Amino acid sequence: MTTTAARPARRTLTGAASNYLDERTSISTFVATLGRKVFPDHWSFMLGEVILYSFVAILLSGTFLTFFFEPSMTEVHYDGSYVPLKGIAMSAAYASALDISFDIRGGLLMRQIHHWAALLFVAAIGLHMLRVFFTGAFRKPREINWVIGFVLFILAMAEGFTGYSLPDDLLSGNGLAIINGMVKGIPIVGTWISYLFFGGLFPGHEIVPRLFVLHIMLLPAIVIAMIGVHLVLMVINKHTQFAGPGKTNDNVVGAPIMPLFAAKAGSFFFIVFGVLVLISSLFTINPIWNYGPYDPSPVSAGTQPDWYIGFADGALRLAPGLESEILGWTVSWNILIPMVVLGLFIVLVMFYPFIEQWITGDKREHHIAERPRNNPTRTGIGAAGIVFYAVMWAAASSDLIATHFRLNVFQVTWFLQASLILGPIIAYVLTKRIALGLQKKDREILLHGYESGRIVRRPGGEFIEVHEPLDEYESWKLKAYDSYEPVMVRPNAKGRITPATHLRAALTRWFFEDRISPVTPRELEAAQRHDHH
Amino acid sequence: MIGLVVAGGASVAVSSVANAEPAAAPHSQQLTVEDGEQLFRANCASCHGLEAEGTENGPSLIGVGAASVDFQVMTGRMPMAFQGPQAEQRAPQFTQEQSDAMGEYIAALAPGPAVPDAEWLDASAVDAEGVARGAELFRINCAMCHNVAGAGGALTEGKWAPHLRDIAPQHVYEAMLTGPQNMPVFNDANISPEQKREIIAYLDYLDENPSVGGFDLGSLGPVSEGLFIWIIGLGGLVGVAVWLTSRPN
Repeated sequence: MTTTAARPARRTLTGAASNYLDERTSISTFVATLGRKVFPDHWSFMLGEVILYSFVAILLSGTFLTFFFEPSMTEVHYDGSYVPLKGIAMSAAYASALDISFDIRGGLLMRQIHHWAALLFVAAIGLHMLRVFFTGAFRKPREINWVIGFVLFILAMAEGFTGYSLPDDLLSGNGLAIINGMVKGIPIVGTWISYLFFGGLFPGHEIVPRLFVLHIMLLPAIVIAMIGVHLVLMVINKHTQFAGPGKTNDNVVGAPIMPLFAAKAGSFFFIVFGVLVLISSLFTINPIWNYGPYDPSPVSAGTQPDWYIGFADGALRLAPGLESEILGWTVSWNILIPMVVLGLFIVLVMFYPFIEQWITGDKREHHIAERPRNNPTRTGIGAAGIVFYAVMWAAASSDLIATHFRLNVFQVTWFLQASLILGPIIAYVLTKRIALGLQKKDREILLHGYESGRIVRRPGGEFIEVHEPLDEYESWKLKAYDSYEPVMVRPNAKGRITPATHLRAALTRWFFEDRISPVTPRELEAAQRHDHH
Repeated sequence: MIGLVVAGGASVAVSSVANAEPAAAPHSQQLTVEDGEQLFRANCASCHGLEAEGTENGPSLIGVGAASVDFQVMTGRMPMAFQGPQAEQRAPQFTQEQSDAMGEYIAALAPGPAVPDAEWLDASAVDAEGVARGAELFRINCAMCHNVAGAGGALTEGKWAPHLRDIAPQHVYEAMLTGPQNMPVFNDANISPEQKREIIAYLDYLDENPSVGGFDLGSLGPVSEGLFIWIIGLGGLVGVAVWLTSRPN
């Protein structure tokens, strides 16, 4: 670069090294652009980093594990140091997983880091998604990034499930048996898909090597590529931010990557990694040696999938036990109903940004994160979704709920079945009302200030409570939000009103009918004049 | 009846004092079948009937054998604290001598499974491969209800399979032999005494060897792991994130 050459030469080692690099790669433009990327100061923007850092932990520990894991279902007799499995026939995969746990230095720690980090990875994805949803950060121009993020969530579950199935212990075999049952429940093609997947009759000798290839090659490659696209889009679209003084729809206020945020993020990386290693060295995860090799006959009490597959297991447990026979074919509604319900749920969440955009007709760009209360209907929908998911999740542990709280497992199931339908409705109504109430409170505070608790008697004998007005800085947060109005039913270019227009009008009415309009500048002025007289 | 219990308690106190002496307890100090019958009538007959023939509140005990009495009484399940989905385990209400006397009385009514010989309870007689066989038998026959790590599990209608941690070998054996409450009977034709001993040796191994991976979170599997990572793992990291993004006041 010419400017560097023009400068008075102050030769330092780092300067020379970076110059050398820059002359050959022109990396400085890239670093300069990226270094100025700004991160807003709010803890919820750090959740994505937890995901990224736990993913790094998964990659590193996973690489270690592949050195020693043998993805084969060849029968061997265990000869390692864990006494209660001595001489037992098992697959080479399970034997090598036991060797990693007992006979390879640091192996158990690595296995536990890998597994704990995987649980943290998916949990952080969940929380990150909730943050994005409730602040409306998925709105234009970030709809596509929402879809990519959601696909990453699905891929993470697939990664988790394939990993859970690799050790070929009793627990992973039971999980595969459930998948096998679900696949076979699909009418007509189910059996053939199952044969294709397992390379013959379940469990067969093919599934572990196949899942291994998916787990360490195909899925991670897709995940890394999509994380890349996700982050590039994040840089292009920039971060959202909460409204505040000087924070508008057209800027981002916060710390730039270089140098401040890099320091923070770097230390956060080490903290995340440190917490994972600490947890992994203190707490057992998936003690495969307890479960024994997979054998189709035994099933342990308390067999559950890892938490992120729990909702699917719970859906199966909650489904009514219906089965019917049509023309000699058995149709298992107890499997088909949960599969369809889960499929619909996933599609709804994945395409929510587009659905909301169609309903509201809002095609503007949004860079200000909404406070959840300022969009009561969306917040209500989100709460309903959480309850729906959480009930299915709880249902996956219905047996543990029964034993630990001394309840009848049937009654637990009935209760959860009812909650699956009623819970989301109640959550929607309550959340929406609470959000509206909070908005009313905000409006009140903005117009009349805080109640100071100081009662003053006027010369005329009248008692009033003194309200302290908000300072400029505080009031920003409360003032800055948009108001929406329902889309009107209007005839299209041909002068006709289509049924779709009617539907859309009805839906926006539902979305925006109950709303508290934001304080207008005129109202604010009037209120201030009222205070001062 | 209370008098009888007091009398029984007093006689046990005397016998335990007698046992404490180095001269060893003479045979005459031990309780007899008659004592067992009296204890039974005083404490059990209201539900099981005066002749152990059973009433609508409790099953007949004719032919259940001394093993069953020892298991039910010495794990505190009998006398039952209250009628519920199943009898709760609690501190035993009788001494071993009293229980044995009642067992003798029940065994005298009709033949039934006897208390196991000490030979079949000795886990140290089982070698490493025997422990492995015991573990396999446990996974096939017991883990279905009791969980692979013996952490227990749920059954229908509010009943449950109890955990199997730190249970006396005698009671494990007797449970298999007599099938108490909802448990099926695993008789000697089904699981031989040697195999029962191997299962006991495996449970003993679990008691003696805590999880190599660290705290076991109740050995409950993915549910406790999931709760842990959400609450402690992610919760803690959110706390760190809040701290990192906070501004100095």
